Amino acid sequence: MVTAPIETRDLCYEYNQRQILDRVSFSLHPGEILGILGPNGCGKTTLLKNLNKNLKPMKGCVLLEGNDLEGMHKKDIARHIASVPQTNEIRFAFTVREIVEMGRMPFQEALRGNSSEDERIVEEAMEQAGVSSMADRYINTMSGGERQRVIIARALAQSPEILLMDEPTLHLDINMQFEVLDLISSLARKRGLSVIIVSHDLPMVARYCDRMILIHDRKVFAEGAPEDILTPGNMRTVFNIDAEYGRDERGNPTVKLFGACRRP
Amino acid sequence: MNRKVTILAIIAVLAVLLFVFILLNLSYASRPLTIGEVWDALTGEGTWANNIIVRNVNAPMVVIGIFVGAGLAVTGGVMQAVFRNPLASPYILGLSSGASLGAALSIVLSISFIPAAICQPLFAFVFCLLTMVLVYGISRSGGSSVRTETLVLAGVAISSLISAIVSLLTYIAPSDEMQDIVYWSMGSLSNVEWEEMAFVIPVVIVGCLIMMTQARNLNAMMLGDAHAMDLGVDVRRVRLYLLVVSSLVVAACVAFVGTIGFIGLVIPHIFRLILGPDNRLILPISFLGGSAFIIMCNYVGHVVAPSYGVLPIGVVTAIIGAPFFIYLLMSRKKEVGW
Repeated sequence: MVTAPIETRDLCYEYNQRQILDRVSFSLHPGEILGILGPNGCGKTTLLKNLNKNLKPMKGCVLLEGNDLEGMHKKDIARHIASVPQTNEIRFAFTVREIVEMGRMPFQEALRGNSSEDERIVEEAMEQAGVSSMADRYINTMSGGERQRVIIARALAQSPEILLMDEPTLHLDINMQFEVLDLISSLARKRGLSVIIVSHDLPMVARYCDRMILIHDRKVFAEGAPEDILTPGNMRTVFNIDAEYGRDERGNPTVKLFGACRRP
Repeated sequence: MNRKVTILAIIAVLAVLLFVFILLNLSYASRPLTIGEVWDALTGEGTWANNIIVRNVNAPMVVIGIFVGAGLAVTGGVMQAVFRNPLASPYILGLSSGASLGAALSIVLSISFIPAAICQPLFAFVFCLLTMVLVYGISRSGGSSVRTETLVLAGVAISSLISAIVSLLTYIAPSDEMQDIVYWSMGSLSNVEWEEMAFVIPVVIVGCLIMMTQARNLNAMMLGDAHAMDLGVDVRRVRLYLLVVSSLVVAACVAFVGTIGFIGLVIPHIFRLILGPDNRLILPISFLGGSAFIIMCNYVGHVVAPSYGVLPIGVVTAIIGAPFFIYLLMSRKKEVGW
């Protein structure tokens, strides 16, 4: 059996005595795109932060390729897991290239500069994320969508096996949402990158994810292929909406949203 | 290519400034000495008076200035990056008020069995560090993780409290002691002995080197804690480490020369305005820039006010530095983001 890139076992997390995650167990399969869905405030982002030790679980554990994160250094984790956080403003005038180069940090000694290998990887990452043409622009002058792609380029420069994305479509124009997710799914296919996308954007995630997990009431509510778990009943319970999973006229999976559930 | 030229030009200008003002400072006397006379005095071949002026008065002043200026400028750059806050200075955790309290206490109490020359810097140093511990302790209580915003607020609060105590001490002190306290708080490079430097110089050099090894981590932290953690930086540990090291450097600097302001705030900004935010560049250049600037201000302070002796260096640093900084801020504001 292949070891899961990431696996959680009975992960519990509390914040200010309030339980956020309750015995969450799941595993990510190699080369798949796994969507973690739930309404705002359900603990999706908290779960994601536990996966690369930005937060430490109160109980249970996270295994990275079979090794408990507990005993690993942040730097070692960053050699395997890259992350694209919800983009917020960066106020310092770093150039795009400088930001993407930071993706090589986990592989570099404190005082060493970039090797030619590093430079090659950085160029390739900028190429793949479509930001090569803006390499010398300042990050603080860019739009949310452009910044998002720069951060994706930085994550790719980490040459990760696992990519964590928090609400990747949130600040993007509609065409960019498709471009970014097309890019991610082609990377998953070509490079065997395993991806976890946290989102509440049902139609987009339904279209791009191989498998998904619904989080409800602090627990894993359902897990499986989109067509199996996105039942009208599940969507009503988790999101309180009236919706239906299906395929659009071109055959792509999608979720039709009819509206909020009427409360009885 | 263009950027490399800019960097080299800046380094060259700073090196020349530093060199010229070291010479000018060394040659400062009732009648300015020639370079030949300075050289003779340094090698012990000059007249008796020149030897004393150059070797025992001017040279210690220059040396302490170089390291204090460098130490304050580098810690200022580090604090601005750690706190992602343009107003951060080496004193952001209330360190200057702590040092002032220590100095004021030693002046007012004048403990008889310890000579004042030792007591004052010792008190300043110890109170400086105590303040840092207090501010960090307050920020830590009521939660496991320490947020930078909490640290800044705790620093401001403690700093106002301690400043009030210093004002009170100044108010109740007899007039000559009062003058000592005020004069100390404006800073002076004079009256520092060679033995004292044996303490300051290693602390500044080692501290600045340690801070520079963290430059890349600081770059990541400037994007935000989440970004830095995703890139494998143990943010909490690095931040605490930098706070402790920078506090030691600041305490060593201010203990002997008083709280010289402005350098730590503005020198790193000036270079960031010109060269961008990369700390791998900003910290070493601030080291050079801080020392050149303080030596320059020290000389100006001597020349401008000969009849009074010396202008307090803290006054000169602000009067010279502020307008230049305002000019840069107005002309390059867009590119910095601040």
